Amino acid sequence: MKTYIIIFLIFFTLFASAQEQLTGIVLEANGTNQSPLPGANVYWLGSSVGGITNEDGTFSIPYKFSYEKLVISYVGFKTDTISVAENRYIKHVLQPADELDTVTLTSRKNATSRSYLKATNTLFVSSDELLKAACCNLSESFETNPSIDVNFADAVTGNKQIKMLGLNSPYVLIATENIPAVRGASQAHGLSFIPGTWVESIQITKGAGSVVNGFESIAGQINAELVKPATDDRLFVNAYGSLNGRLELNTHFNQKISDKWNTGIYVHGNVRNQKFDRNDDSFLDVPLKEQINVMNRWQYTNGEKGIVSFISLRYLNENVQSGQIDFNPSRDRGTTNFWGSEIDTDRFEVMTKLGYVNPEIPHQSLGLQSAFSYHNQVSYFGLNAYNIKHNSFYSNLVYNSIISDSRHKIKTGVSFTYDQYDELVNTTDFERIENSVGAFFEYAYDDLDKVTLTAGVRADLHNRLGFFITPRLHVRYTPWEKSAFRASVGRGKRSANIFAENQNLFSSSRQINILNSGGKIYGLNPEIAWNYGLSYLQGFNLFNRKADVTFDFYRTEFQNQVVVDWENPFEINFYNLEGESYANSFQVEFNYNAFEGFDLRTAYKYYDIKTDYNSGKLEKPLIPKNRLFANAAYETKEQDNGSQWKFDVTYNWVDAQRFPSTELSSPEFQLDEFSPTVGTINFQITKVFSPSFELYLGGENVTDVRQTNPIISSDNPFGSNFDSNFVYGPIFGSMYYAGLRYRIQ
Amino acid sequence: MKKVLLIITVVLSSISFAQNKNAKARMEVDGVCGMCKARIEKAAIRAKGVKSAVWNVDTHVLKLIYDERKTDLKSIAQKLADAGHDTRAIKATDEAYEAIHPCCKYRSKDVIEAREGEKKKSDNKN
Repeated sequence: MKTYIIIFLIFFTLFASAQEQLTGIVLEANGTNQSPLPGANVYWLGSSVGGITNEDGTFSIPYKFSYEKLVISYVGFKTDTISVAENRYIKHVLQPADELDTVTLTSRKNATSRSYLKATNTLFVSSDELLKAACCNLSESFETNPSIDVNFADAVTGNKQIKMLGLNSPYVLIATENIPAVRGASQAHGLSFIPGTWVESIQITKGAGSVVNGFESIAGQINAELVKPATDDRLFVNAYGSLNGRLELNTHFNQKISDKWNTGIYVHGNVRNQKFDRNDDSFLDVPLKEQINVMNRWQYTNGEKGIVSFISLRYLNENVQSGQIDFNPSRDRGTTNFWGSEIDTDRFEVMTKLGYVNPEIPHQSLGLQSAFSYHNQVSYFGLNAYNIKHNSFYSNLVYNSIISDSRHKIKTGVSFTYDQYDELVNTTDFERIENSVGAFFEYAYDDLDKVTLTAGVRADLHNRLGFFITPRLHVRYTPWEKSAFRASVGRGKRSANIFAENQNLFSSSRQINILNSGGKIYGLNPEIAWNYGLSYLQGFNLFNRKADVTFDFYRTEFQNQVVVDWENPFEINFYNLEGESYANSFQVEFNYNAFEGFDLRTAYKYYDIKTDYNSGKLEKPLIPKNRLFANAAYETKEQDNGSQWKFDVTYNWVDAQRFPSTELSSPEFQLDEFSPTVGTINFQITKVFSPSFELYLGGENVTDVRQTNPIISSDNPFGSNFDSNFVYGPIFGSMYYAGLRYRIQ
Repeated sequence: MKKVLLIITVVLSSISFAQNKNAKARMEVDGVCGMCKARIEKAAIRAKGVKSAVWNVDTHVLKLIYDERKTDLKSIAQKLADAGHDTRAIKATDEAYEAIHPCCKYRSKDVIEAREGEKKKSDNKN
């Protein structure tokens, strides 16, 4: 009997399948890719005949000639009805429903945001924020950001140095697209070599940072993502002119070459050829400058194979002239007729990135980065000559995966760096080669709820720093809603490029001394520091509007440091730390979206930075103990045609700053122990006419605060007291600018 | 001969049933919002053998990568039901459903009506 039933069943199924079937496949549109969509409903309109697609997106449903319209639906996709005239294989692609018929809540994305979830204390700065300070390069991009302190431009080069946690930029790793960029020879001026319009976004991480990008970062990491040919505007033009004689032009051209290739050419030029001496000290208030900066990027994207690649080429040439207003380089160089300085820089860079994401297993990826740069600076400052040639190669291979599931992520890889320095300081040659190989492992845990943790360690073998281990740890804990407690600890180690980092010292009559301790870098030992941080972020509602407050405390403790000692007005001494050196910083930041379109950001910062100098324990010079910061931004509602007004005002107040000791100078060259306090106001108004065109107008230091005598002994620049490094405030006074942006998307 | 055949069959079937360490699957999981997303992904990833789980708020599709040797879709669906979310295979118990946040109530009339409306709208378009 059983056998009969089986035979019957088999015949029956055969018979049933002998009925005409319509077969086909349903795919889902996934960007440019298509992938099979299992579980989709396929049925004949007006009937109950149908089925659902299989794992591989295929389906097979009964077909009758009378059926005409086939409905294919799936939650979240647009339902499609297709006409079927004959029984043939159907291949259909469903598009995701982009407009859901429900109320959508809109929330304006903040120009800067702090993550509640990441283990690191990272601030994201979007391109919107970067537009708030219209000018002009990366060093000026932080003016509206309280986490980074921008110093007043120094009297000779006009460059602005940045500080984080009270430590200046050598202790902050500055990278473009995670490749260390502002280091070595470009340490002093490198930020001004990255035009603001090239920057897509910035991530600022306080504290030790990740081990993936090397061992050098101590106080923090700043990473600038550059614009990418595939996503940047097809054409972008930015022109800028200011009343201190600075003209800038930025143009971007991006072109799609093929399905997979995009390319972009980015050209930046700036020039200042007008001479200003508002304070009548016979010195230029702002240097004369010419810069041409060209970058060509190639982007290859292959979604099917999971490959993304970038190749970037860059060339930069910059000439800066400063000093006395009557200084004529061809006539007066090397003489004592007039004091003058020129800095000529040539830089060439090649950067490649290759990323592979396993299309089958998206959490497995591999990235290879490499960068080569050639940097050549030829310069003199009065009778001091300084040249530096720096060839640098960097490569980093990173493998990303998970352990057991995506709550446990790992990054591991190897890196190789090579740096060749060739310096001429007056008549002395300094040559050295540094190379290192390293391996790193970073584990990130996310319980998807309250805790995230990033623990990393790297081991490096360096020809001058030896073999050493760099551990770093970041933890985030969220005990209640909208809060984040963070803690971090980490170690950093670096060789100090004493001349490149302190080039401003050449603009003085000080004698340079290296108090040799038998080390391997200029006779000095490498710098080693531990950084500890605690942070608490709390979001809340104030009068029904979003607000948040952050408390940050960081301490950097140097085990070894190359002390830059200016405490004798006739000398500058470099020596290894004996005793202690630390930087404590405390910051409270309050952000409030007071009403629609209006954001307020305020911060108070306290710094306690002390070092044991040979002359005793002293506060680090020219760093204010207290700082206040306030930024108010308002934008009107965007009209249908895209037009909009944007207003932005920033107030900065810095406390008195300690001058390096001038006790040994004769009385007329002596300064007070502390500088006066300084408060400045900047503003900017932007009128957006349409998504493709906008104009902006702004003012810096509109209350015209000035340091009247930034240069000591300016009337006798070849005398023994000459020094241009006592800058505590703006030299130029108020400055206004205007510009335009035009783009075709 | 029979034995050989048997062995071949066994080998063949074991090959065709060879279990994949990184099996990929997608399933429809009912839910509404970002909170649902967090809950769904958490429930899925905490299921043993699940390596990656990403839920799309708009399409309601949960993309999974899991180890077939350690789990199957049914036990994953059970975990989701325990967390209060319906799948085609397993519906959540009323207790589990009631426990989820009010904004996530995907069975409520308003949510269903809104979806029907959306469906009709797109039907009319075609």
